[in-house]
Amino acid sequence: MLAKRIIPCMDVTAGRVVKGVSFVELRDAGDPVEIAKRYDEQGADELTFLDITASSDDRSIIFHIIEKVAEQVFIPLTVGGGVREVQDVRNLLNAGADKVSINTSAVVNPQLVADAAARYGSQCIVVAIDAKQVAPNKWEVFTHGGRKATGLDAVEWAKRMQTLGAGEILLTSMDQDGQKKGFDLALTRAVTDALEIPVIASGGVGNLQHLADGVTLGGADAVLAASIFHFGEYTVQQAKQHMAQQGIEVRL
Amino acid sequence: MVDIAIVDYGMGNLRSVYQAVRKVAPAASVQVTDDAHVIAAAKRVIFPGQGAMPDCMRELDGRGLRQAVLDAARNKPFLGICIGLQMLFEHSAEGDIPGLGVLQGGVVRFVHELKDAQGNKLKVPHMGWNGVHHGAHPLWDGIAQDARFYYVHSYYVQPRDKDIVQGTSDYPQPFVCAVSRGNLFAVQFHPEKSAAAGLKLLENFVNWNPV
Repeated sequence: MLAKRIIPCMDVTAGRVVKGVSFVELRDAGDPVEIAKRYDEQGADELTFLDITASSDDRSIIFHIIEKVAEQVFIPLTVGGGVREVQDVRNLLNAGADKVSINTSAVVNPQLVADAAARYGSQCIVVAIDAKQVAPNKWEVFTHGGRKATGLDAVEWAKRMQTLGAGEILLTSMDQDGQKKGFDLALTRAVTDALEIPVIASGGVGNLQHLADGVTLGGADAVLAASIFHFGEYTVQQAKQHMAQQGIEVRL
Repeated sequence: MVDIAIVDYGMGNLRSVYQAVRKVAPAASVQVTDDAHVIAAAKRVIFPGQGAMPDCMRELDGRGLRQAVLDAARNKPFLGICIGLQMLFEHSAEGDIPGLGVLQGGVVRFVHELKDAQGNKLKVPHMGWNGVHHGAHPLWDGIAQDARFYYVHSYYVQPRDKDIVQGTSDYPQPFVCAVSRGNLFAVQFHPEKSAAAGLKLLENFVNWNPV
């Protein structure tokens, strides 16, 4: 049967993988190509790169990184950050990305999701949703790295993105992100139950049990984590063994 | 004349396929091409496909590549991948359209509200790594039984002739993920994105000499 996926995520700026809490106190984690190769060797099921470069001038750097990774790593690569038009999707796919993640621009221009999915197929369009809890069992979509409220309900928004052609949802809890206390399981469960397409849980992983909980309690199809892998706390292989011990199907 | 032609009809990104083939066949000449003459002259042909099958069929015909693909599928080592497998059949439920009809049977969608034995919802597209139960064929050489390959698809093939089936995966019922007939082999998963197992299958293809 289908395995639950573990996806290490790399925030990239100025050609380096960095990690911070809510985009402050960025800490250098190393060279993206080297890190990608290491995660591949550890058995990562996919890799996600988020280009957090502020300046559009520096955006060409991510293309070189993806090209280099794609020459050496033969698992799916997702790239996001600053995708504003169909041409951006095309450029990233041509560089070697298998999927492109769209976040703020999906809110600003939902037609982008429909157009990109129609042109390149739903299989390569991931819509990233950053959500914050605003009431019991209610979450709102935020954009611009979690700074800007949209008034959109996260579950309803996810359903709309599915309808427009998203192939997958990358769901990040802004409340949990960087806190190392685990995913927002209620949010994950609410979104995954409402959708037919896969959901990747993100935001808040501090230990291996959090990854397992995302699947067993949250109902996620894949789990994404960054810092627990970057700084050598755990390997991807350890994460998979931990999940397998709890009866979760993984690719070992 | 190139050793390996990768058929490009404008649907999706073939860079991954190209990179993976280069990795397993560094000495071979490999070309991503939309030129029917190059396909006709190539020693081996890889026929990928992404997106929706109606779009793939339209683009294939729009570029005048149907006959070149049909010829290659009948007379030289030929590897179909994903929609490149589905297009070989007679009909697809996706868009209710005819395929190339190289193989008998159709393409159908996973049902809505799919659930596993424990009642958990199974998502469509079927996306991720699933184990493949495979038969004995040179393309499976060195690949463990139930090795996992990377999939992303919502439709799967139903061959009329069960003898052509070379592999199945479970979601939750078994579905056909690999077929072969003579010089032709085709898979639903993406070998170019399936790490070591996928590279091994591609390596087996570039070394395959069907009789």
